[in-house]
Amino acid sequence: MTRRTLVNALLLLAVVALFAVPLLLDGGTSEYGGTDAAVTEELEAEGYTPWFDPLFSPAGEVESGLFALQAALGGGVLGYVLGRLRGRRTATPAAATGAGEQ
Amino acid sequence: MHIAEGFLPAGHAAGWTIAAAPFVVHGARAVVKEVRENPESTMLLGAAGAFTFVLSAIKLPSVTGSSSHPTGTGPGAILFRPPVMALLGTVVLLFQALLLAHGGLTTLGANAFAFAVVGPWAGYGAYRLARAAGAGLLPAVFAAVALADLATYVTTSLQLALAFPDAESGFAGALLKFLGVFAVTQIPLAIGEGLLGVLLFRVLTVNARPELERLGVLKPAPLATTGGAA
Repeated sequence: MTRRTLVNALLLLAVVALFAVPLLLDGGTSEYGGTDAAVTEELEAEGYTPWFDPLFSPAGEVESGLFALQAALGGGVLGYVLGRLRGRRTATPAAATGAGEQ
Repeated sequence: MHIAEGFLPAGHAAGWTIAAAPFVVHGARAVVKEVRENPESTMLLGAAGAFTFVLSAIKLPSVTGSSSHPTGTGPGAILFRPPVMALLGTVVLLFQALLLAHGGLTTLGANAFAFAVVGPWAGYGAYRLARAAGAGLLPAVFAAVALADLATYVTTSLQLALAFPDAESGFAGALLKFLGVFAVTQIPLAIGEGLLGVLLFRVLTVNARPELERLGVLKPAPLATTGGAA
C-alpha cells in the first residue's frame, strides 16, 4: 500500500468515525430526527399552516427508495468519472502525471 | 436546509425566487459556455454535479441527536466557479422537490439561494482567500467545502428568521433559535464533508492533473523536476 492510498483510507475512516462514534456513544437515546422536519413541526405547533402542498408525496418506503436512487445516481456517475480518469492515467503511463505514484 | 413546501409566506417565497432566478439563469449559461468551449470539462462537470447529488441525499447523524445532510456544492464551486453550481444545485433541489416531497416548488427560490448560490459563493470565497493567504490546495479545499455546507444552513436560518420573527425577541431571537436547530447540528457534517472534499481532490490531483491545470486549480507541472519517476 502506498503512502497516498494509506492517507486516503485514513481520511475515509475519519469520516466514518465522525458519524459512527456519536451514534455509539449515545447508546440509542436520541431520535435523530431530521432538522428540516424539526423546523416545520415547530412552525406548525406555533400555528402556521402551509399554504401549498407538494404535488407528489411518496409514501414512507417509496421515499427512502427514491432517496437511495438519488444517492445511487450521484455515486454511480462519480464512480464512473473517477474510474475513467484513473483508467486514462494508467493506460498512458507517465504521459499525464509524471508523478511517482504508480 | 430544505424549507418545506408552502412553509414560507407567499411574499417571501416570491422574493427569494426573484433573488435566486438571475443566479440560476446565469449559471445555466455558464454551464453551456463551459461545455461548448471546453468539451473535455464535461467529465469533471459531471463529477461535480454527482458529488452534490449523492451528498445531499445522505442524512447523517450528528452529535446533537438530530440528523441532517451535507450539501456537496463546494468542489464544483472550486473547479468551475460558483455560477455553475447555481444551476447544478438547483437541479438537485428540483429533483428532491418533485420526486421526494423534500423542499418544494414554492420554496425552491429560497432553498436555491441558500444551497446553490450562497453556499458555493461562500466556499469559493474561502478557497480564494485561503489560497491568497498562502494555504496549500488541500487545506483550502477543506475550508471551502466545509464552509459551503455551513453557510447554506446559516442562510436557511436567516430566511426562516426573516419570515418568522419571534413574538418577543424578534428577528435576532428567531435567528438564534433556527441557528440552534440547523447550524449546530451541521458542524460535524461540515467537517466530514470537508474531509470528503479533500479526499476527492487528492484523487483528482493524481488522475485529472491536466484538467486541474487548465482550470487553474493546480500550477502547470510543478512536479516536472521529480526525475526518475517515469
